[in-house]
Amino acid sequence: MIKTFETPPPFASQWFDPLPPPALSSGTSCRLHGRFHELAPHLVPMDYTNEPDIRLPLTLIVTMPELKENPFRNRIVEVFSEDGQGNLSFNDFVDMFSALCETAPRELKAIYAFKIYDFNGDNFLCKEDLEKTLNRLTKGELTPEEVRLVCSKAIEEADLDGDSKLSFSDFENMISKAPDFLSTFHIRI
Amino acid sequence: MARNVNFDLDPHRLEACLESPVDEVGLHNSFSQLLMEEESQEAIELLERQNELDEEERDRVDDLSSPDEEIWRRREDVEGEEEGRRLLDLPTEERWSSATLRVLSSMPSRTIGRSRGAIISQYYNRTMQLRRRRQSKPSAGHFSRSARPSICGYGVETDDVTDGDRNKRDHLVNNLQNLPASDRVRMLRAMPLSVAEKNDLRLCSSPRFPVRFNPPSPLHQVALKKVSGRFGTGVLSYFLFVKTLLFFNLFLFLVTGLFLALPQAIHPPSVPPGRVSFSGLELLTGGGYFSESVMYYGYYSNYTVTRNCSSSNSSLSYNIPLAYFFTIGMAFFITCIILVYRYKHTHTHTQILLMSKSFGRSFRIDKSHGILAMKVFCSWDFKVIKKASVKLRSENISTQLKELLAETNQKPGQKSVCQKAGRVTVHGVAWLICVGGVLGCVLAIHFFSEHIPLVTEASLLALPVVVSLFNLLLPGLFNAAAWMEEYDSPSVRAYVSISRNLMLKTSVLGVLCYRWLGRIAAEPEKVGLNCWETFVGQELYRFLLMDFIFTILDTFFGEFLWRLFSQKALKRKRKPVFDIARNVLELIYGQTLAWLGVLFSPLLPAVQIIKLLLLFYIKQASVMMNCQSPRKPYRASQMTTIFITLLCFPSFLGAAVCVTYTMWSIRPSLSCGPFRSLANMCQSGKLWVQELESHNPNLSWLTWAHSYLVENPLFLFLAAGAFMIVIYFHSQVVDGQRKIISLLQEQIENVCSVSCRIYTTDVDVRTWPTVAAQRPAGWPIPLHSFTSGLPLAPPISLSPSVPLSLPPSRSPPLSPSRSPPPPL
Repeated sequence: MIKTFETPPPFASQWFDPLPPPALSSGTSCRLHGRFHELAPHLVPMDYTNEPDIRLPLTLIVTMPELKENPFRNRIVEVFSEDGQGNLSFNDFVDMFSALCETAPRELKAIYAFKIYDFNGDNFLCKEDLEKTLNRLTKGELTPEEVRLVCSKAIEEADLDGDSKLSFSDFENMISKAPDFLSTFHIRI
Repeated sequence: MARNVNFDLDPHRLEACLESPVDEVGLHNSFSQLLMEEESQEAIELLERQNELDEEERDRVDDLSSPDEEIWRRREDVEGEEEGRRLLDLPTEERWSSATLRVLSSMPSRTIGRSRGAIISQYYNRTMQLRRRRQSKPSAGHFSRSARPSICGYGVETDDVTDGDRNKRDHLVNNLQNLPASDRVRMLRAMPLSVAEKNDLRLCSSPRFPVRFNPPSPLHQVALKKVSGRFGTGVLSYFLFVKTLLFFNLFLFLVTGLFLALPQAIHPPSVPPGRVSFSGLELLTGGGYFSESVMYYGYYSNYTVTRNCSSSNSSLSYNIPLAYFFTIGMAFFITCIILVYRYKHTHTHTQILLMSKSFGRSFRIDKSHGILAMKVFCSWDFKVIKKASVKLRSENISTQLKELLAETNQKPGQKSVCQKAGRVTVHGVAWLICVGGVLGCVLAIHFFSEHIPLVTEASLLALPVVVSLFNLLLPGLFNAAAWMEEYDSPSVRAYVSISRNLMLKTSVLGVLCYRWLGRIAAEPEKVGLNCWETFVGQELYRFLLMDFIFTILDTFFGEFLWRLFSQKALKRKRKPVFDIARNVLELIYGQTLAWLGVLFSPLLPAVQIIKLLLLFYIKQASVMMNCQSPRKPYRASQMTTIFITLLCFPSFLGAAVCVTYTMWSIRPSLSCGPFRSLANMCQSGKLWVQELESHNPNLSWLTWAHSYLVENPLFLFLAAGAFMIVIYFHSQVVDGQRKIISLLQEQIENVCSVSCRIYTTDVDVRTWPTVAAQRPAGWPIPLHSFTSGLPLAPPISLSPSVPLSLPPSRSPPLSPSRSPPPPL
């Protein structure tokens, strides 16, 4: 007979939702505004004094050359959108590129990477999330059997608390052993 | 004009419009579903059009496409469509495909009674689609630097449900303006409007003078973006390294140019008769006309130049020998500081992260160190944006994962003694070949330099050519030797290759330095030289130039022609790979030459700057045309650390030691240069201090300080000893931090597995503190004993009576059904 605690709460969102990414230089912000404007010139105004609520849909954002061929483009845009559907306002757009820029801190990148790979949004990387990630990475080069094997081994390796899915701390611990993470999780704009 | 654009459709409105064709507002909103569907198709269509339009970036890797890619593509299409449908929130049986909608919309019942406004709206939507479709990939140079969105008043209307005709027309005109001419004409023709209206639109939308000027982003940013998009982080690190070296040389050039060349150029010394006129060969040999110029040591005067200012009736004096000595010294000192700062910056970051892996050891497969998981999550390079490169990367990752799977499934069997001995023999033979090659090369250079007949000016080029040839050909020998060897992991192979190349370059530089400083400088009369420093400066100029020429030739033959050869003659499908390590070592070699030569030729950094600039663009063009990204993964951050380390230690340190030795102990030539009457170059500093004292007795402490501190060897020994103690202390601190990090990691693993074990046994969890007190043997020692002597912030202490306070995320979730974990 086991006397248990209540199950621990899911991530306290105030801990998990990171602060907005660091501000970019004004030159970069101008450039980003230019790029945002280029996507939908008739919609995006040249000035934002009245803070118009313009949101560009996901299908438009992923036509950007930096995102077009990225296997995770849909997830990236969804993660940075407020409604989770991929409609980005200019602020979300800037947040996205500043989180993915060279100077963003490691913890921030780890948080966003975790969110991107978490396809079902339950704050855990379960087997299905991993399988989806792997499928997008390898684009059908691996057989389904191999995919399943890789996913189960990966979870086995990285799971520290034994719940057969990766929580954020497992993910972060694994990331900390990868010195290249910072340089690969970076989009140049 | 801004308005609230909401792409979430109102399903009720949609249903309503499909029922009543008279409702015009509903009619042209129905096209937005068309838009949605077409957009998801469009994204895929755009991809294909890019391939047609972009000729220059077409890669011939089509033959690598696997049949599975089509399946993947179709899967993506279906996913995209399904997502679109989910957005619309339509019940499933009421989904119409885009084709159906198109047919429905062109039915007479839906076109009767459409107002002009409706037509304009419809065509506005269509021009939007067409614009997006026709928009070729925006070249990286056209980032618009639009004004910062801030102050200027702008008429912003919000919530335009009732859009006037006028505004819609403006939108349409705006769209038409931005379309290419052919599409504009076609669109205008297709519009069901009167001719007068069409003329009006055509006139309004004809291209006007562009109002907004978009300055392009700097050329090197464009180049870097292209390279990183195609090849990823690895090759990019080479180009970033070129930029770093450019910065160092620029600094050196500014310092020497401002403090040495400029004053001397303003006050030229009396030119001796018999100055040779300019002929083209000077650019190659550095001699002739350039010998008596600001470029070389021999031109500089050994006195103080004065300039009389007529207005204030005083004179400005500038002591050239002193300036020479101090400028070179300070330039080296500041370069050293910058290098160490950069080294620290790149090194510590990766060092702390490499705790669980040692430098060059292959991954330990038996322990769970997350290799597979790391590969899955961290191997994708988000910078890569070209389709073919993306494809290549996916293949790489798949191959690596398959290899890793195979390795983990098959336990690494113990190799028999025979096999081990065989491997060791092979390694030994390979190393023997390499060392033998290097020795032979060194001896050849030595004898060649001794017995070279200096007949004409052009024969001065013989030695640099020979040295550059050796530098080019011997790495080939090393590759051949490495080909027969078998390594544990690709990183070991890379390190061995780098160390062999390094050995070659250091030996070559060593023998050259011996020749210049040991032989020529010691007995310049034997070689028939009046001014050996100028000669050495010229030699270095020649070496630098030959190195550049041979690099260009190597790029041309090694990359361009080899690609043609391998694709046409050998019929290989893959292009040659850009060898990053070898190219970076070449850069470091060139930079060492430049640093060695600054003392003898103050303007040599300018030559190096020009060389690096040209190299940047030539290599970039060559890489884009001829090469492909490497198959093996490239650990960019580790490699960058290694390269900066190599730049610091053998390269800069060697150059600094040579320069210091020259300044300290070699006697300058008697007939030229700023130090002609002195025993060594440092004497100029001493003389200056003595002069200062004689002029101003208050500064006698300076002389005292100089004679007792700088000249006294005991003081220097003490200073060096103290410096080394500081270094040792720092390295111990870093070691201690490393240990603590690995201990912490172990603790986390232990805690999690122990807590699971506790929770699955019959234990009342409220007795957790006492359970923790009765911790099993082998629990790690509390950390406060380690933190006492070391500066760690914040100190972590774990005492047995307090339950471990981990951050809330780490509290292990309960899983009573979990099978017992492996024992601690």
